[in-house]
This record gives sequence, C-alpha cells and structure tokens, in this order.
Amino acid sequence: MLAARAIQEQGIYVEGLNFFTGFCVEGHTHAIRKKDQNRPKRNNALWVAEQLGIKLHFVDVVEEYKEVLFNPKHGYGANLNPCLDCKIFMVEKALEWIRENDFDFIITGEVIGQRPKSQRKETMPVIARESGAEGLLLRPLCGKNLPATTPEQEGWIDREGLFDFSGRTRKPQMALAKRYGFEEYAQPAGGCCFLTDAPYSVKLADLWKSRGEKEYELDDIMLLKVGRHLRPKPEFKVIISREEGEGKFLQGYKNQYISLKTTSHAGPLALLDGRVEPEDLELAARIVARYSQGRSAEQVELEIREKDGTTRTLSVTPMPPHEIQKEWQL
Amino acid sequence: MSNPDDVVVVDARRLLCPMPVIRVQNAAKKLSPGARIKAICTDPGALNDIPAWSRINGHKIIEITSKDDEHIIILEVGEQ
Repeated sequence: MLAARAIQEQGIYVEGLNFFTGFCVEGHTHAIRKKDQNRPKRNNALWVAEQLGIKLHFVDVVEEYKEVLFNPKHGYGANLNPCLDCKIFMVEKALEWIRENDFDFIITGEVIGQRPKSQRKETMPVIARESGAEGLLLRPLCGKNLPATTPEQEGWIDREGLFDFSGRTRKPQMALAKRYGFEEYAQPAGGCCFLTDAPYSVKLADLWKSRGEKEYELDDIMLLKVGRHLRPKPEFKVIISREEGEGKFLQGYKNQYISLKTTSHAGPLALLDGRVEPEDLELAARIVARYSQGRSAEQVELEIREKDGTTRTLSVTPMPPHEIQKEWQL
Repeated sequence: MSNPDDVVVVDARRLLCPMPVIRVQNAAKKLSPGARIKAICTDPGALNDIPAWSRINGHKIIEITSKDDEHIIILEVGEQ
C-alpha cells in the first residue's frame, strides 16, 4: 500500500496484482466460523486497491504454485512456507503480466531485514535475478539502500522520492502511513499465508504422507482450514465441524466425501477423507458421536450418507475421550 | 455494446473468496461492455468483494439478492 502510494506520488500510473495460491488467509476464511463472524468480511487486497484508487487484478496460480511448494529450491521456513521461492515465483509472474499488459516495471513493498527468510539484504538480489525481473524490480520502501534500478536509471522515477527503511520495526511505515493519511491498514505481512501456520502445516504434511506423494487439489487445502481433523487409521481421516458455520461449509462437500451426522442428538457434521472400509464406519461414527451432545449417552444414532446420496443409519457407543489417541489428532 | 438480456452465469457456489471474484473477473475478460454477469455465491464475503472489485475495475452492480445461504450478484461489465 505504501510502496504503491510512494510511486503514485511520483505521478506514475499503478495497477495491483494479487496472486491466489489457495493458501491465502482472508477475513472471511475465518468468518466460516460463527465465533469469527464479526471479523471484517473483506479481501484486504481489494480494500487496499480501493484506498489507493487503483485497479486490481487477481491471478489464479493454484496449479503453478504446486511446483513452488513441492520443491522449493531455497527450502522451507519454520513450517511449510517456501517464502523465498514464493517471492521469486510471484515476481516472475508479475514480470509476465507487465509484459503482456504493457507496463514498465514492478514494485513490491519489501523492506530489507523485515522478514527472516525472504526479505534479507542477501535475498533481495536473488529475487530480482532468479525471477528474471533484474532491474525492473523496484522496492520503493528500501530503494535508497539498494543499487539503482532501471526506473531510476532511466529517469522514470526520482530516487530521492524512495525510502531507506530497514529492519523489523514498522515505525517508519506507520509514520509514512500517517503522512499519506491512511488511518487503517491491512495486517502487516507474515500472517497472510496458511503455510506459515504450524497446525496447518502439520495437516498438510499428514495429507502428503497419507497419499504417499506431495499432491493436493484446491478442495484438499480448503478443507485443511476447517474443522477438527483426526486420523484413526493411515488410510482415512475424519474431518469434524466444530460449530454451525463449519458444518454448513462441510455440507458443501457431501457429494465428494462420505458424510456422517448425528441424528439422535445435536452434533457435528463430519466428512471421511481417504479409503474407508465398511468396518471403519463404526470407528468413525464412534469418534463423531464423541463430539456430539450425546457423548455421555449409551447409544448415539448417526446418518451415514454416501457420495451418491444413499443413506443409512448406524447406532454406536460414543468413544470415550481416553480412547481417542493423541496421535490421531492433527 | 452487448445485449443486457444476455446474462453469463458464474456458478461460484462453495467457493471461498477470492475465488468467486476470480471467476467473475475471468468471465468479464471475455465479455464486451454492457454484458451482464450473474454470480451465484455461497461465501458471504462475495457480497463485499464482488462489489468492491466491480467499483475499482469500472463495472456496475445491478442487483444483489440473498436467499437462504445463496447470494446472487448481477453486474454489468464496463470498459476494460
């Protein structure tokens, strides 16, 4: 936001790009859950673009991003976050976009030293070089600390209008935001990608392990954001909604997964993901019953719905908490 | 200009934002100014995001209706 405004201040026409990897965290991802309904239901990139008065283009990179995530040349961060490879990839895609759409250069909001993996002094030239952008990549917020780029050399922009921010502190950015009259701004970088989230990364690693390869579809990674995930057997896992909002969300998947719902007592909706043998249904049903209002009842009835819509009823004894193995819980 | 009676339907049910916006954006790219898009969404986030995307990209929201858990947003494609 600040980088874009700094360049707009120099009379340059700016448009925004937002890459959708499938792992993006947005206010309404959380808003699936009822308890989070009060979070603003907005897409931050759109909101920022509107504040800046610029067009915004979404670029769906879900498929291409898989290669970045499966084989990051520069490795993962603390979790399954391939931040440096991700940045290189996105700048590369931005370069493709500006060439197709007759724009002259790329700007990012990067600041030297801001992030431990991707925004270090040593990694700044790596991103410019490996993305192929080279001198067409301008970082207005720390440009004065970096060699002059093509837009400066060509006189398209004035280097004096760039900044020399560095380090983890956000104080200079906050002061600049105030100067520009921005009273509100989106969450600083770092919390905007599920791959930086440890519990999410555990679930993703489990998904890959269970399938014997690093592979996923968009639905898989969406479902990892929702519900309680338990893997009682290597072949399948149970995804159990934690409240009404998640139940509604999971309901949208009932034609793709076997689903279970308690009928004798109020309870969650659950999906079964993987290879489920008939004898596994009782195990899954007992786990689901454990999370229903009938957890202390002798028997709980559940409706089991196959993907084709056929249903049947199963009556089970809810699994006592001590039988739910810790290692099942992802 | 396209005939406003021709409505392109974008089924974005079950998709979480920004996917509904991306589907609408991709549909809009193929259309001429004046054409209409009817987006059917279940993510309530689309109620904010599709109008916001339309505002900043020069498209016009014609109608928004919600029934049960489905939201229908009709927009008219502007100059691109």
